[in-house]
Amino acid sequence: MSAREITNRTYYFTFGGLLLLTLATYGAAYLPLGHWHTFAALAFSTTKAALIALYFMHARYSSWLTWVVISCAVLWITILFGLTLGDYLTRGLG
Amino acid sequence: MAEIQAVLADQFHDLEQQHETATFGMWVFLATEVLLFGALFLSYAVYRSMNAAAFIDASHHITTPIGALNTAILIASSLMMALAVHGAQSESKLLLRGGLVLTIVFGLIFLGIKGYEYHHHYVEHKVPGIAFEYVGPHAQGANLFFFFYFVMTGLHAIHMIVGIGLLTVLLLLAWRGRFSADYYNPVENAGLYWHFVDIVWVFLFPIFYLLGRG
Repeated sequence: MSAREITNRTYYFTFGGLLLLTLATYGAAYLPLGHWHTFAALAFSTTKAALIALYFMHARYSSWLTWVVISCAVLWITILFGLTLGDYLTRGLG
Repeated sequence: MAEIQAVLADQFHDLEQQHETATFGMWVFLATEVLLFGALFLSYAVYRSMNAAAFIDASHHITTPIGALNTAILIASSLMMALAVHGAQSESKLLLRGGLVLTIVFGLIFLGIKGYEYHHHYVEHKVPGIAFEYVGPHAQGANLFFFFYFVMTGLHAIHMIVGIGLLTVLLLLAWRGRFSADYYNPVENAGLYWHFVDIVWVFLFPIFYLLGRG
């Protein structure tokens, strides 16, 4: 499936989904989630980012080459966060 | 055939290769941007772990509903941008030009609201380095929070300004009929850039506006 086959409906649905997720993020912030707040916020944000990337940015309809680049970005940011936080959270902060 | 020759650059075999090369280049640039903002997000994560109470306290000086409104505005601008790209692809002048105009308008509204917020923080002495004042037990941590706030949302705002500049140029080109179903790479690439800036905000919103509300 190429980007030429997307209809505007896909964009409207994505938009609706993004607005709903924004409301959900907003609402969840006021719930007594304790230390699950961070995870919830990140989960919502990642889902919204995925929707934007897949549909607005046409990633879903893109070539393997584009996916290689996207995978690289995800891999590098994982390494950045993983190794740094792995150090801080196991050897102590400050 | 003659029209294709006019938009196909010499080094490319066909239009599809030209298009794929263009978007590949933009995606590679966006990957570097992920690392740029990623480093800032990481620093925030580390310092937030070290100053949890201070960050939560300081976050209450930022107005959540305004941030949520701005998020919705930016998402709407992304929709307009997606429709504009679709308009370029399907050679619909209305979608392309209207989409670009509305993307710019929503972007400007976002920046206007951000400016209002910045001014409010300035008046409240919450700008680190400019007569920063903080009443409470966590003054140093709060200073750090606001430092991150202004650097990260400021860098984001600069990206938005650049994006609006790009879109304005594209609007002019679109007005002159530069784009067609065979050649709309600049519009698509500007779209990729704009959506990326939206993604950054999607992560910025919760880390500054939604701390300690529950």
